[in-house]
Amino acid sequence: MKLFGLCALAALVAPSAFAQAPAAPIEIDYLGLKVERTLQFAYLDQPPPDAGLQGARVALADNQTTGQFLNQTFHLTEDMVDDAAGAVDAFKKRVAAGTKLFVTDLPAPILLQVADLPEAKGVTLLDATTRDDSLRAESCRRNVLHTAPSRAMLADALMQYMTIKKWGKIALVIGGDPEDKLYADAVRNSARKFRIKIVKEIPWTFDPGSRRTDTGAYAEGAEVARITQDVGDYDLLVVADEADNFGDELGYRTTEPRPVAGTQGLVPTAWARPFEQWGATQLQGRFLKATNRWMTESDYGAWLAVRSVGEAATRGNTTDPVKIGEFMRSKDFDVAGFKGTKLTFRDWDGQLREPLLLADARSLVSVSPQPGFLHQFSELDTLGVDRPETKCHM
Amino acid sequence: MMLKLLSAVALMALAEPAFAEKIFVTNEKDNTVTVLDGETLKIVETVKVGQRPRDLKVSRDGKSVYIVASDSNRFDVLDIATMKISGTLPSGQDPERFDISPDGKTLYVANEDDNKVSFVDIATKKIVAEVPVGIEPEGMAVSPDGKIAVDTTETTSMAHFIDTEAKKVVANVLVDSRPRVAAWTPDGSQLWTSSEVGGTVAVIDAKTHAILKKISFEIPGLTSGKAQPVDIKFTQDGKTAFVALGPANRVAVIDPKSYEVQKYILVGQRDWNMGFSPDQKRLYVANGVSNDITIIDVADQKAVKSVPVGRSPWGVVAAP
Repeated sequence: MKLFGLCALAALVAPSAFAQAPAAPIEIDYLGLKVERTLQFAYLDQPPPDAGLQGARVALADNQTTGQFLNQTFHLTEDMVDDAAGAVDAFKKRVAAGTKLFVTDLPAPILLQVADLPEAKGVTLLDATTRDDSLRAESCRRNVLHTAPSRAMLADALMQYMTIKKWGKIALVIGGDPEDKLYADAVRNSARKFRIKIVKEIPWTFDPGSRRTDTGAYAEGAEVARITQDVGDYDLLVVADEADNFGDELGYRTTEPRPVAGTQGLVPTAWARPFEQWGATQLQGRFLKATNRWMTESDYGAWLAVRSVGEAATRGNTTDPVKIGEFMRSKDFDVAGFKGTKLTFRDWDGQLREPLLLADARSLVSVSPQPGFLHQFSELDTLGVDRPETKCHM
Repeated sequence: MMLKLLSAVALMALAEPAFAEKIFVTNEKDNTVTVLDGETLKIVETVKVGQRPRDLKVSRDGKSVYIVASDSNRFDVLDIATMKISGTLPSGQDPERFDISPDGKTLYVANEDDNKVSFVDIATKKIVAEVPVGIEPEGMAVSPDGKIAVDTTETTSMAHFIDTEAKKVVANVLVDSRPRVAAWTPDGSQLWTSSEVGGTVAVIDAKTHAILKKISFEIPGLTSGKAQPVDIKFTQDGKTAFVALGPANRVAVIDPKSYEVQKYILVGQRDWNMGFSPDQKRLYVANGVSNDITIIDVADQKAVKSVPVGRSPWGVVAAP
């Protein structure tokens, strides 16, 4: 078997059994903002305190297994901070120690504050959780890549599906949080793009002030019937309620029987529990086994971010973090994310291209882009902001 | 529609010689194996097996079919003469694909959730070795001389060459994303692997482990991402390779000398795995989404008929 020894061929990777002492690990830092727990409206599906972080950990294990065949190791540090000052401090400390690859779970203002630090030159920040379209437009940064889908992508995924179903009219219920306004903006833009008519916008002003236990549900049902009685002809009730304050309480309570979609009901998302296509069962299973809970969209974003680093190191055959960052942005890069197609970063705004799921709590309804939405370069660019429309000028 | 119109005529043409063989199909979502008569193409038996049956192969002595029951973590052994499950074999955790050593004594199994390859001694019903590999081991193919077993790992995107005697990985070859199937050319000079997400088939030199060629698939009227190669089958004379293309609903016919795709044959939906008839005149294709198998006439390179089976047919083999 001498034949199969250490041939010095480029395509041949040294087997682990004969590998030399491992090279210095590729350092990745997970920089996340601790989420303040509040009592949820519903007791169901409490948001896990480690959403995002666990996705990074599972991806790290994936990277290590692959790395052992290439004499590459990865190391993940975790900085869960309380506020913007904490994020800046932790970031500066890690950069001083040589880390140049960061996975972030930070809201837009803090992410920008970090990205604009002088220390952030030559660093790659992989934003795993924000949806803000502004971060892919006027507030885009050269050193930021996004593995989370933008609101524009999510809205387009839903509107494409409506087009296929020939559902042409929506009523839009908008919550009171600033994020809900941004979600509604994305729905409006997308509706215009796909020629879906918004027949009425309904601001959600009702505050039951109590959880389901205090019979808040009864009053809420009456309120939903009231606000939907004069809407006229519509096919779908779209809701913008990112914090899950009321969206689950709309279905079955409208005056006319209409399905609910948006942030609740039929939800456009990067990841969902019922998703098992394209080998996704394997990632769902691996994640469950490692963490004893289901994978969330934030976990998936962080998983993709850490896997992107791993893929760039493997394919680019480098452990140099700057080169890894460059490779992720190059034409040779792609990462497999259990979506049946190659995922790559858009060079105009740093957004990862990916198919998006349309799912409710128990079933996968469809995957966008929908068949028939064609594109000159990539059908995935029918979701979100395409090159000709971009307001990102890096 | 075309298939149905063609089928009556084609079946007549296919009638010689009598196909006394049996066709076995694993139904991933039914926990059954459908058995069809090769001549009438009628279902003659539906055999209950373990949970989530996937890969299956006819034993080297032709008497049994080994069936992987992935969620039951074992093999079921189907006795062809009696059409009964005659026993089980250990498989390690979450077995997916496997191959049989040329001497018929050992099974090499990819343990998908466990990142390893298990060697199963059939006679003693024991796992005799476990070799660690990359993430999501999938493809398994033992070389014609039995010396090398190759495993592909879907998330690691490598073909791992395992020395079956030393029970060690001796080479790792990086291929395009999500490699599924590994297949040796009949002369053992090359190993081919299919990359589902990468959309290519890599041709690897068995001696140097260098990638000689990456074959890609451009199908008129379909976007490039639709061709997701999975199973690879060579005719025994080594003159033709068939590659199942999954969501492209086609089987590519490739000349292994020039690496050129000569033809795309339209089959059922999401064709992943294939199996030859014992005389290699037919190629059976399992269509996972349309719940049927398509029969391809190998000489004519045409689909002649599709026959319904169970839910989510995964793999198909035939035995005399």
